[in-house]
Amino acid sequence: MAKVKGAVVIDTEKCKGCEVCVVTCPTQTLALSHEVNGKGYNYSYSANPEACIGCANCAVVCPDGVITVYKMKVE
Amino acid sequence: MAEFNPKDIIKPENLVYRKSKVLTDNVMHYCPGCGHGTAHRTLAEVIEEEELQSRTIGITPVGCSVLMYNYLDIDMQEAAHGRAPALATAVKRLMPDRFVFTYQGDGDLAAIGTAETIHTCNRGENILILFVNNGIYGMTGGQMAPTTLLGMKSSTSPYGRDAATMGSPVKMADLVALLPGTCYVTRQSVHTAAGVRKLKKALKKAVEYQNKNMGTCFIEVVSNCPSNWKMTPVAANKWMEENMFPAYPLGDIKVPAGE
Repeated sequence: MAKVKGAVVIDTEKCKGCEVCVVTCPTQTLALSHEVNGKGYNYSYSANPEACIGCANCAVVCPDGVITVYKMKVE
Repeated sequence: MAEFNPKDIIKPENLVYRKSKVLTDNVMHYCPGCGHGTAHRTLAEVIEEEELQSRTIGITPVGCSVLMYNYLDIDMQEAAHGRAPALATAVKRLMPDRFVFTYQGDGDLAAIGTAETIHTCNRGENILILFVNNGIYGMTGGQMAPTTLLGMKSSTSPYGRDAATMGSPVKMADLVALLPGTCYVTRQSVHTAAGVRKLKKALKKAVEYQNKNMGTCFIEVVSNCPSNWKMTPVAANKWMEENMFPAYPLGDIKVPAGE
């Protein structure tokens, strides 16, 4: 069965760590990092990349538009 | 199945979502989790998808979104406090082929700009009014706004808003829906993916109605203010669902006849 796999690219320097994407993600792919970015925010990152299904919900709710989403079918 | 590697997926042909090209690369000055950013991005996506970038004129308000012209790569004009609908009226009458919208907060649209808002909607100017309602004055430090909920604490209502001395929240969308000039009045949210997608549909309808010169479109976005509500963004969104939505129920309030 073909499965859909996704991947997110997060511009961590522009992320403000609001956590809205983390609670929106249906597969718990995203999490806030322990490290901080140049602004001092705990940025969002793909903690569990294998779970991503490329639904783009995180990017749709991101107030700062820092998330880019890719998706492909894998056999 | 081969070993999973996200790098195999990150290719231009697999792109499903990227930031709209109508948005500039400037980092928005909004606080973390603010609904303004999401509303800006959704509006930018609609402008890009409807190919309106070269013929859109936006009117920015006074409030947190006063610097909106730094973030959207379209023609924009700043208006005096509350006067965005009056300026939009002039722009639309002089240049009827343009897509004209105003973007206003609750302090701008519902307090100082009440007269402009109501009379513009009453005249049925062919503009879109995008109203972001977070129930508080964000930029000036969390003072009580006309849309502040009963019992809600703000810096000028420290014991909570009391209906006897401060009045009740003004429901602007319900108010303008009564006027004959409005063709489409709806209330949406931007805190969930489903809410953002619904707002996008509403904005596309507003573009269509403005192209057909059907009257004023009024879209209220119930939003949050984590900083002045003194909550984390996630807690603010939850509080909004529990407290703002009963007072400001989401959905279409007025749709054109036959739609």
